[in-house]
Parts: sequence; structure tokens; C-alpha cells
Amino acid sequence: MDDLHTAVESVFRREAGRIIAGLIRASGSFDLAEEAMQDAFAAALARWPAQGVPDNPAAWITAVAHRKLIDYGRRARTRRDKADDLLRETEASRVEEAPGVDADTMSFPDDRLRLIFTCCHPALNVEAQVALTLRTLGGLTTPEIARAFLVPEPTLAQRLVRAKRKIQDARIPYEVPPEHLLPGRLASVQAVIYLIFNEGYAATAGDGLIRPELCSEAIRLGQTLCELMPDPESTGLLALMLLHDSRRGARVSSEGELVPLDEQDRSRWDAGRIREGLALVEKALRRGRIGPYQLQAAIAALHTSAPAAAQTDWRQVAALYGELSRIQPSPVVALNQAVAVAFSEGLQTGLRMIDELGSSGDLASYYLFHAARADILRRLGRSPEAADAYRRALSLTANAVERRYLRRRLHEVAPDS
Amino acid sequence: MRYMLLVYSNENSMEAASPEERAAIRAGHAAVIGETSQRGILRGAEPLEPTRTATTVRVQQGKALLTDGPFAETKEQLAGYYILDCKDLDEALEWAARIPTACAGGSGCIEVRPIRLMPQASA
Repeated sequence: MDDLHTAVESVFRREAGRIIAGLIRASGSFDLAEEAMQDAFAAALARWPAQGVPDNPAAWITAVAHRKLIDYGRRARTRRDKADDLLRETEASRVEEAPGVDADTMSFPDDRLRLIFTCCHPALNVEAQVALTLRTLGGLTTPEIARAFLVPEPTLAQRLVRAKRKIQDARIPYEVPPEHLLPGRLASVQAVIYLIFNEGYAATAGDGLIRPELCSEAIRLGQTLCELMPDPESTGLLALMLLHDSRRGARVSSEGELVPLDEQDRSRWDAGRIREGLALVEKALRRGRIGPYQLQAAIAALHTSAPAAAQTDWRQVAALYGELSRIQPSPVVALNQAVAVAFSEGLQTGLRMIDELGSSGDLASYYLFHAARADILRRLGRSPEAADAYRRALSLTANAVERRYLRRRLHEVAPDS
Repeated sequence: MRYMLLVYSNENSMEAASPEERAAIRAGHAAVIGETSQRGILRGAEPLEPTRTATTVRVQQGKALLTDGPFAETKEQLAGYYILDCKDLDEALEWAARIPTACAGGSGCIEVRPIRLMPQASA
């Protein structure tokens, strides 16, 4: 019975996005699609013990789910328009409940793209986009998403309800956007995926530093996006996530302490992910349409391909941050460039740049600004100033793991504090 | 589906606009009205007199209380509306992006709201 549950669960994780995308198109409703899919999975759990697991489990579930939609259509006569469309659509793709049925007759190749673009529609607020993407395409359950984002489950559930209602009431179309809108809309999708990854990679609050399941989900979504709609920035984003994720095993010590990049045990980096990421960086750059994700990926590539921290090509890193600051300037990019300059041209030079940034005030509440400043001051032996900066940084982050790291550094430069 | 496009702009900026800016704004509206009318999707479009001409009515305990001016003081004020019959939200949003709202350094925006479908009244 355990095998059965595992089989069903693995089908769910792998295929749920594809199946539900087709059901939404057929029914015009996220809720009906979800209901139909849940019913189909329940039917699988009920019938497969006797029948055995079909050769093509995904096709079986897809077929049964589409049949459920027809049943709902017959029952829901009050929603006449929807029901008519429903019957028309699903009768056109009627299938036998037989093994070996081709699931593709019920899922157009564009369906998952339609779903991604709809979930990430800018008419929905970003939190709603993230929740909906993870729920429908990511195959995460509502409690799983709530836990990952440290949000109470009813809040997350309401967020999903409101998002689906908005899609319906405002009639957000279930379509891949037209050519002229595509660049902006694709950027929204990339932003949502990267947001999910970052949430998993560096938890903003709470005790943990990393939520690996979110990183994995984001990477899977990135892979799906690249597969369905090849684009150099999407490839760059995927490369960036793979390269960051490759260091996951080395970022936190066995005692739960934060290990900065230059102290990480590089043997614990995932070589497979690195190889994949490096190959994708090259592939993206070859297209000759440079963009911010590709640049960030190239920077990550420089870090992950250095055999040791001391051999990092900081000059190149600084140059790439310079490029990035030209096409997507931001105080954070400027800060990173300054840090790279500190390690390539000299600590004093870098510190001057950082202090100049600090004077503009944009970074005053960014804890990494103070932590970076503190780090350089520490390396210069200016302990009291470093201590002040570490204290500022501490006052600005709520993450327990980061706080412990900062306190450790603070203790190094001010043992009596 | 019909959408109401509520046009908000900063009245002070609008009144401070130069003749050239006003002409440009009029032209922008005319273009949208012309095209949507041609496509048969325009259901209405009218400008409103500024909020200083408004009177607000609130009924409390059966009595109608009047105040001089709009229901709330806002940075941007309702300047007019369009009603367009669009295929979906994306179409409505594309038209909205072409409607002028800002000038003379002032800000503006368009709120796009679906019009609720009411059941057909029996004849």
C-alpha cells in the first residue's frame, strides 16, 4: 500500500502542473480544475490497489479528471455559459478509460505556459502570484506554502481564494501574452521564480537560513520555463539558481552556524549543479542578449569555479558588477561592486566606495551594508569601528542564524562587549 | 465584458497645464474614443467637472447631510470615465495605458474595474 501511495505522490509532484493546466483551460475555472484533479487522485488511490498501477499513471489521472469536469458541467446548470463551454471542450476530447491513453490529447503544449503567465499576471499582487504559482505549478499544498513563508495557513488560503476570484471576476485571460506584451510579462514570471528561490535561499526571518524545498521548487519552475519558452534571461536565471543552490550544503555548519563564502568547505559544493549551471551560463551568453540574470549568473560562475576563495577572480567580479550597475543600477549592486573592488584593488579603496554609498542614505537600513563595512574594517584591524558596524547590522536583521554569525564577529573585534 | 476605466489625475496640475499640453491631452482622449468607437466597443466616455463643483450627500438617521466638495480629499481626483466592452482584462488594460492622465508634472492613473453582470430584467 505504501508503494501505491509513493507512486501516486510521485505522479502528483511531477505531473500535477501539466494536468491542472489542461483542466483549467477546459473548464475556465481554477477551482473546478483543482476539484477534478483531487477527485481523480482519490479515484486512483481507490482503484489502483485492485487494478494495479496503470502503465501511464499520468494519462489515467488526466482522463479521469477530464471526465469529472463533464460530470460537474452536467450538475452545474446554473452557470450556463461555463457549462456549455465545458461540454463543448471536453466532449471534443473524450477519451476511453483505457491504459495507454495519450495524455497529450488533453493537454495542449501551451497549457503550462498559459498557467505560468496567468499565475504571474501583474494585475495580481506579488504575494498572490507567488502563492498561486507554487500551489498550481509547484504542486505544494497550502500548508506547505504557508510554512515556507511563515504565514498562518488561513491567511495563505485566503490569499489563494482572493487571487482566483480576481482572475475570474476581472476576467484575467488564460493565455500566453501576445508578442508585444511578452517581454514585460516574462520578466514578471522570472521575478516570481527568483523571489521563491530567494525566500528559500536566505530566510528573512525565523530560525532557519535555508528552506531547500523552496529552492528546489524554484529551480523546477525555472527548468519548466526554459523548456517551454527558451530565452537567454530565463536560462541565466536558472543558471544563477543552480549555482547558488550548489553551495547549499556548505552554507550552514553542522551546528547551524552561518558559514560565509570564503570559509565554506568547497568539497561540499554540489559539483553536478555547478557543471549544469556553468554550462547554462555559457549557453545564455552565446545568445548575445545580455541581461541582469545572466550577469549575476556569470558572477556566481566566477565564485563557484574558483577552487579556493583566495583564487577568486575578484577583478572580473568587480567588472561584471560594473556592467550590472549600468543596466540595472541599484544600491545593492553598487555595494557588491565595492566589496569586489575591496578584494581586487585594496581594502581602503573598497571602503572608500562603501562609505560614499553610505552617505546617500539608501543603504542605511540594509543590514548587509553594515555587515560588509564591518567586515572590511575588521580586516583593516580597525576593531572599534568594526564593532559599531556589526552592532548596526545586528539591529537590522531578525534571522537567528545571521544574528549568531554577526555576534560571533562582534565578539572577535570587541571581546569585552 | 464591460469595464469602467476611472480616470484619475491631479486637478491642480491639469489646471496649470499649458495650451499645448491641453491639446495633447485632448488628442490622446480623441484617439482612444475614435478607435474604440470604430471597433464598436465604446459604451460611454465623459469628462467630469472638477471636484470643486462636487456636492457629497450622506444620509444619517434619515437625514440627508450635504458637504461641499468630493467625498474625500485625495492626491488625485476622479476626472472622468470610459466604459469599454472588452474581451478580457488585458484588452482593457491596453486601452487604459493609452488614456492620458498626467501633465505639468502631475501624476495620474486609471483604475480598471469590471462592471458587474446583473441578471437580465424580465421584459
